[in-house]
Amino acid sequence: MEITLQAVLAQVMLGLNNGVFYALLSLGLAVIFGLLNIVNFAHGALYMLGAFVALLGYSYLGPLIGMPDFQMNYWAALVVVPLVVGGLGILLERTLLRRLYKVDHLYGLLLTFGVALIIQGFFTNYFNVSGTPYDAKPEILNGVVNLGFMVFPKYRLWAIVVSLAVCFGTWFVIERTKLGAYLRAGTENPDLVRAFGINVPLMVTLTYGYGVALAAFAGVVAAPIYSVSPVMGAEMIIVVFAVVVIGGMGSIMGAIVSGLLLGMVEGLTKVVYPPASGTVIFLIMVLVLLVKPAGLFGREN
Amino acid sequence: MNRKMMKVLAGATALALAAGPALAAPTRGISDGVVKIGVLTDMSGVYSAIGGKGTLVAVEMAVADFGGKVLGKPIQVISADHQNKADIASTKAREWFDTGKVDMVTGLLNSACALAVQKIGAEKRRITMNTGAGSTDLTNKDCTPYGIHYVYDNYALANVAGSEIVRHGGKNWFFITADYAFGHSLEQNTSRFVKKLGGKVVGSVRHPLTTADFSSYLMQAQGSGAKIIGLANAGGDFTNAVKQAKEFGITQKGQQVAGMLVFDSDVKSLGLNTAQGMLYASGFYWDRDKASRDWSKRFKAKYGAMPTMDQAGAYSATMNYLKAVKAAGTDDPDAVMAKLRSMNISDFFAVHGKIRADGRMVHDMYLMEVKKPSESRGEWDIAKIIRTVPGDQAFMPLSESSCSQVRK
Amino acid sequence: MNRYIWLILFALGLAAPFAVYPVFLMKLLCFGLFACTFNLLLGYAGLLSFGHAAFFGGAAYVTGYLVKNSGLTPELGVLAGTLCAGILGFVFGSLAIRRQGIYFAMITLALAQIVYFVALKAPFTGGEDGLQDIPRGMLFGVIDLGKVYAVGGKSLELNLYYFVFAVFCLGFWLICRTINSPFGQVLKAIRENEPRAVSLGYRVERFKLMAFVISAALAGTAGATKALVFQLASLTDANWHTSGEVVLMTLLGGLGTILGPLVGAFTVVTLHSELSSAGSWVTVIIGFTFVVCVLLFRRGVVGELARLLKKSL
Repeated sequence: MEITLQAVLAQVMLGLNNGVFYALLSLGLAVIFGLLNIVNFAHGALYMLGAFVALLGYSYLGPLIGMPDFQMNYWAALVVVPLVVGGLGILLERTLLRRLYKVDHLYGLLLTFGVALIIQGFFTNYFNVSGTPYDAKPEILNGVVNLGFMVFPKYRLWAIVVSLAVCFGTWFVIERTKLGAYLRAGTENPDLVRAFGINVPLMVTLTYGYGVALAAFAGVVAAPIYSVSPVMGAEMIIVVFAVVVIGGMGSIMGAIVSGLLLGMVEGLTKVVYPPASGTVIFLIMVLVLLVKPAGLFGREN
Repeated sequence: MNRKMMKVLAGATALALAAGPALAAPTRGISDGVVKIGVLTDMSGVYSAIGGKGTLVAVEMAVADFGGKVLGKPIQVISADHQNKADIASTKAREWFDTGKVDMVTGLLNSACALAVQKIGAEKRRITMNTGAGSTDLTNKDCTPYGIHYVYDNYALANVAGSEIVRHGGKNWFFITADYAFGHSLEQNTSRFVKKLGGKVVGSVRHPLTTADFSSYLMQAQGSGAKIIGLANAGGDFTNAVKQAKEFGITQKGQQVAGMLVFDSDVKSLGLNTAQGMLYASGFYWDRDKASRDWSKRFKAKYGAMPTMDQAGAYSATMNYLKAVKAAGTDDPDAVMAKLRSMNISDFFAVHGKIRADGRMVHDMYLMEVKKPSESRGEWDIAKIIRTVPGDQAFMPLSESSCSQVRK
Repeated sequence: MNRYIWLILFALGLAAPFAVYPVFLMKLLCFGLFACTFNLLLGYAGLLSFGHAAFFGGAAYVTGYLVKNSGLTPELGVLAGTLCAGILGFVFGSLAIRRQGIYFAMITLALAQIVYFVALKAPFTGGEDGLQDIPRGMLFGVIDLGKVYAVGGKSLELNLYYFVFAVFCLGFWLICRTINSPFGQVLKAIRENEPRAVSLGYRVERFKLMAFVISAALAGTAGATKALVFQLASLTDANWHTSGEVVLMTLLGGLGTILGPLVGAFTVVTLHSELSSAGSWVTVIIGFTFVVCVLLFRRGVVGELARLLKKSL
């Protein structure tokens, strides 16, 4: 098949669509890694949990609380779900992760791996792995937009825009505000920051909560596109790990930019050589590590 | 550990290896005092709406209708979820045959699993009655003396529906294919009929089983300029692809999405608005005649939905297996297979059914069309039979089969 | 450890197929060996590989393909699988040992993912179908591994079982030797204090790489053997869940103990088979076990036992 510009643009656009989810998730991972030094293996499961909480709120909550007509709508879900799941993340940090700060960081990886299995296994019992449709897509986002080279569903366009906004908003807060300065200082030297009278453990807890909330937010945005499945996070998390490593572990901008770029590279591969689309990100990761071991945006220490 | 001990142990090992006579001769009557039927299918995955718990319900219904006993011995049903993984399917089947006293396995949705289990069945001399999988390899290069392919196969689907679409002007095809045994076989079979009727296949793309996002595949299909986008996949993958084709406005632009394997449960989940006018082939439709209606209503009362052809087929397969055991006076697989091959299978499910030497159960197939919402007169009134294709015309002729069981 | 305990275990291994379903036993042995190879790396060299499934699954494919298509005898097939896993291990190791800790884990994970996608897409692996119908073949060209013996009303595949048992014993013995050799002592020294090992003049990277290659090769042996037992090489073997599972087996049994990985592997495999009707509650239980292990007893079952008995097990 010949390669047309139109086909390339279409696949890159779809790649960007996937890329914003990579960016949202790797951003959360990077924030958590920066302050806690923990690779949060549960991140994929928490993304899936976000989608499920939205689905449950829409389709199952009403009858449960005795109001059969109640449905948590999409806009409410965008706000409520990250808060609920983020809260759960805070609980997780306070009760489990906290106990592991003094031992090898690998145990943090293993603990969160276990948590991921618990969440995933639980939902697999009740929901089909091929996905349950989440029909709460608001009327205004139905239909398509003609981009010239392709017709693109409005909802997917919205997903790109809102995700980018959240990513860059987060970047702004961390890199350009006083709050972010504390956070960055906490990453570099927790003892010194504590000496300035800042409650570091609280900061750690809230950071973990925020990272988790980002994953849940991504889950809600993804739900109408991919339909909600217990394995949606498991498929995603490994790719996102690679994205974080490529961007440079702990680097905020690195996570966002490499997430978007790699999504598009993946799309491009689908035009040029489709069988490699699953591997291309990992190949890039190996190359990056050979040339720049700290990642594209990471600093060598 | 010292050398001396090593030598003693090596000797013991050699002794153990030398012991043990050959296999016991086939038994008469019922072996192990029980006839056990295993339902091994996709219970939780992308195909679970097609088979899943419904297949188990159907098999249990058949056992109950038969009276729960055969030749004075109890009939038991066990089930397991193969999760669409060939390794889980084969491990489970091996365990069932080796230690679980299972005499016959049915269901077996998913061709990769079906092929694996049919081979193990042949090795262990147990009958496999496949109601779910589509690959024609089951009755060709991978056929066995104990494997029966009961409901439909990819050749018949392509023959009955695929060629009908070509005749309606769909000459240029692009395939979106599930990347495993079943999808490959379905694409291959359909391509053959498309080319035979003067059509052309302009390209194809393969997707992994259980895909959530078909957009990039659909873009490729759209770019190919083909008139027909043939979906050589099934179940959740099929419905996902159709929905997303609609989301990207592909169908509005004159391209037509055609499912190569459509089950009634898929039509139901797409809704008549999306699926109307779709042509597909089926081995069974619940609203065919009085017998099929009566049984299907009984099934719906137990399961909550009308049967798919897989589920209805599993009832029929179980029932006829038990009849054959009774007639043969034994559950010895060779005797039962001989009986099954000599029987005429005619019930609510199959019309003019006959099991051939290659294991193919040949029976009437139907060309179906999904009704318009305005034509539908009830929740399950979703399709109509436009043509009945007699079994000997629908399925691959025995003369073309590459099965080694066929004497030529 | 006491030589009589080894003897008893060995005798148990010989007698087991007459009491327990041999296919299940062979699965235990394959995963047991797999966990031991992983333990060699994490328990003794302090390297967490999150990509060990690549060696296990990769070797299964290589062996399966060669035995099925080139008519290799099973022992040569297993050898070929081992060799390929070793080479793969060399490639992985060379790339990964440049980094430490979490980075090391992530790199192995990504590399394993590449192997997984090759297994999914390459023309000779059968994609999602896997490589089916792998013949068990004739050991050394004379002993039929597929032969079934009727013993006391049960049909037992004894030839195959004793072959698997022999492979297991050999692999296990090699691992024990490695751990107790001067090489193993250096590995432990590196794990405890890498800068000191460097200052003592050891070329740390070489030792790590060597440990990685040995571990990968023997993980390959385990995978290759499993392919013969189940006559199947499938994506599950190469999936990252398998990599995660072997971590759990080792952790549960006891990191850095000789018997721990075996105990862990036997527990996890038994759990899977006993609870197979419980659907994915098994996953929940396994996840829960993981969490409990990490939080409450990081020494594992055997490690805690050893602490109580004040002995090294």
